[in-house]
Amino acid sequence: MSTDTTVDKTGGSSVGPVEGVSLYDVDHPAPVIEAPRKRTSKTPRSTRGNFEMAAWLFMRLSGVVLVVLVLGHLLIQLVLDGGVSKIGFAFVAGRWASPFWQVWDLLMLWLAMLHGANGLRTVINDYAERPNTRLWLKGLLYTATVFTILLGTLVIFTFDPNIR
Amino acid sequence: MATPTLDKEDAKPEAGFADSPYITVTFRIRRFNPEISADATWEDFQLEIDPKERVLDGLHKIKWDLDGSLTFRRSCAHGICGSDAMRINGKNRLACKTLIKDINPAKPITVEPIKGLTVLKDLVVDMDPFFQAYRDVMPFLVTTGNEPTRERLQSAEDRERFDDTTKCILCAACTSSCPVFWNDGQYFGPAAIVNAHRFIFDSRDEAGEQRLEILNDKDGVWRCRTTFNCTDACPRGIEVTKAIQEVKRALITRRF
Repeated sequence: MSTDTTVDKTGGSSVGPVEGVSLYDVDHPAPVIEAPRKRTSKTPRSTRGNFEMAAWLFMRLSGVVLVVLVLGHLLIQLVLDGGVSKIGFAFVAGRWASPFWQVWDLLMLWLAMLHGANGLRTVINDYAERPNTRLWLKGLLYTATVFTILLGTLVIFTFDPNIR
Repeated sequence: MATPTLDKEDAKPEAGFADSPYITVTFRIRRFNPEISADATWEDFQLEIDPKERVLDGLHKIKWDLDGSLTFRRSCAHGICGSDAMRINGKNRLACKTLIKDINPAKPITVEPIKGLTVLKDLVVDMDPFFQAYRDVMPFLVTTGNEPTRERLQSAEDRERFDDTTKCILCAACTSSCPVFWNDGQYFGPAAIVNAHRFIFDSRDEAGEQRLEILNDKDGVWRCRTTFNCTDACPRGIEVTKAIQEVKRALITRRF
């Protein structure tokens, strides 16, 4: 009995500082494990929905279509019928007289511009670290893209072969 | 038995010093101590070490015999706990699974902390963002209805579907090798996606849709640029990029 009590005492006292003292009690509970998706308070909630998925899909699909459009374009412009030397005002005027080539060029313009702009957007997202840098680079990118697409579309639809 | 041993003892001195398995290796270690300097510096250590030993043994020799202030993480030291992922000769590896002879001991062996996470001291980094991304994908079984009285049975084929991604030891070698993660720590990173994959493709789990929605976020799988750094870095040989692509496919086809 006496040995038992001494062991209890020494054991209790030696264990005490290690695990006997609880840091938490009813008034000071242990921190709750945060629920999933609760990142930091500064993290903005996702508001873009499936835009990233749409952009990713668009890159793949437009890429496939562009392979046909661009290779066909290069073949016609540079290889067939005497190659690059045949290209002139008359050649362009002749081609754009047909709605088929108008649609071809329009599709190529839109897909290539959006494909390239989306690629650059991801590059900016990946490499521009400061929010301000991102804002300006993307602003520049979108302005240039919209300008080029609108100008190209305007030219394709309002092209006048009788211009002097 | 005694005779061969004697023979060997006799033979050893004759062969002389050249027979010693030990070679001199230089460890070039990226040191950082915020209490001394704000800058990280390279420090060289020369060791006599058997090339069949591991980089971790070299680090132990340095810490125990040369400089006790060297700080690094390791627990099991046998490639299971995932504590000692570090950048060795510019590649993310486990120090406990990398033999000296396999990484050209003729040149200095560089050892750095893994990239993309805040360095706390020497080779120790703050793993909180890494584990936060892991927690965010809900890496636990989610089911509805009554619990079965015995185990949840699964066919061998169903188990095979996600077998590769169960091997993850959360060492962060993949996530800290990802250039997208280096630049923007908000990206979930390969490890979190691998662990989401492990449950998304588990036939017993019912929260696949929820996890896919989480990874559909703008910092989710769509930020993956398929650079394959993660697959190269994984010490368990998990096909990480393939798993990420499978999650992308599941997001588009909603079949998993």
